[in-house]
Amino acid sequence: MKKLYNTAAHKGYLLCHTCHLLSKAATHVHSIHCPRCGTRLHSRKPNSLSRTWALTLTAYILYIPANLLPIMTVTMSGKGEPDTIFSGVKELVLGGMWPLALLIFFASITVPVLKLLILTYLLLSVQFKSSWRPKERTILYRITETVGRWSMIDIFVIAILVALVKLGALATIEAGAGAVAFGGVVVITMFAAMSFDPRLIWDALENDHE
Amino acid sequence: MSQMIKAQAESRTHLTACHDCDLLFHIPHLKKGEQAHCPRCGALVMERKGNSLDYSLALALTSLILFVMANFNVLLRMNVGGRTQEENIISGVNELFVQGYWEIAVLVFIVSILAPLLKILCLFYVLIPLRLNTRFPYAKEVFSFYETLSPWSMTEVYMLGILVALVKLADLATINVGIALYSFAALIPFMAATDASLDDHEIWESLEPTD
Ligand SMILES: [Zn+2]
Ligand SMILES: [Zn+2]
Ligand SMILES: [Zn+2]
Repeated sequence: MKKLYNTAAHKGYLLCHTCHLLSKAATHVHSIHCPRCGTRLHSRKPNSLSRTWALTLTAYILYIPANLLPIMTVTMSGKGEPDTIFSGVKELVLGGMWPLALLIFFASITVPVLKLLILTYLLLSVQFKSSWRPKERTILYRITETVGRWSMIDIFVIAILVALVKLGALATIEAGAGAVAFGGVVVITMFAAMSFDPRLIWDALENDHE
Repeated sequence: MSQMIKAQAESRTHLTACHDCDLLFHIPHLKKGEQAHCPRCGALVMERKGNSLDYSLALALTSLILFVMANFNVLLRMNVGGRTQEENIISGVNELFVQGYWEIAVLVFIVSILAPLLKILCLFYVLIPLRLNTRFPYAKEVFSFYETLSPWSMTEVYMLGILVALVKLADLATINVGIALYSFAALIPFMAATDASLDDHEIWESLEPTD
């Protein structure tokens, strides 16, 4: 026999996501506000699935120019060399800077790809009402929420290098359009993770019992 | 007998819902340093930290001083063939603007300068009046904004960016690190400790109107 759980949604309670106060919803009226902090209360984040889908798909599209266009161009003695995310990692490997290459590979390539794939998987699993391993899927969600920020390393490196390497004819560094697209991917996937509601993962289990 | 103990225990619990899986369950009254986890998904639902406001305020003040030092001093200094180039945190933002990449300039400005600064200032706005047993107008909105800012304050990631830039430039030129870099490095543990010292449940309870 499966264990039956009570959920706030079932029992007519609403949890405030700002101040964590639990309130009893009178009927199923919309626009109830939290009595403590005034935040509008929702049983689930509004339009969570469509919002997260839209943001995730936008991030996929932006991911293409982020990788094809140069993120910065190093000009030394008049010779310019554009670098994409991947060629930047390759150069570090060729230069023997293995730990740094691994770090940038992880932050700029692994993290964004993994984040997009996990979000897609979570969205599909909710869409198809999967009841498989909800706890592990919730953990996956928490990972996407916390790890995304580390992708910003490359953007920060560019910001530091452009201001420091301004040596006129000797050497200059200029940012590239790829960096704009990549920054967009990082920000949009962060918004996507925020708009996803992990409680949707567990809702599929509820419907099983009815 | 056991019935009575159970009834007593029951009255000292309160109903809550898990923010990750929506499970409705009772949590006991937590003592200082205790945590409550969701029995279904394992999410941390509540933590009683029991730190004094003075402790959090001292950490926030130290963070503010370090933030000012990190932003008004030289971060890195590069020497190449008799030429010296200095930079501080804002000059990266400025240069990105000059090059026409305002989108990245704005992004870097927000996550490395604006969000950390606003976070510290929001805390002062909420905590100082609480310490004096009063409340400033819009304290709840300000505290809610503080929590919204958290994912956008990326000082520790920026620090790693500085280190990567240092290694990349190492064989190109001689780089000296400035006071700002040390201040920035010290700011990170202090900001983390400030965040960790706060008991958001307790703060929300004290912000509740008493009348
Ligand atoms: Zn609330
Ligand atoms: Zn709603
Ligand atoms: Zn839970």
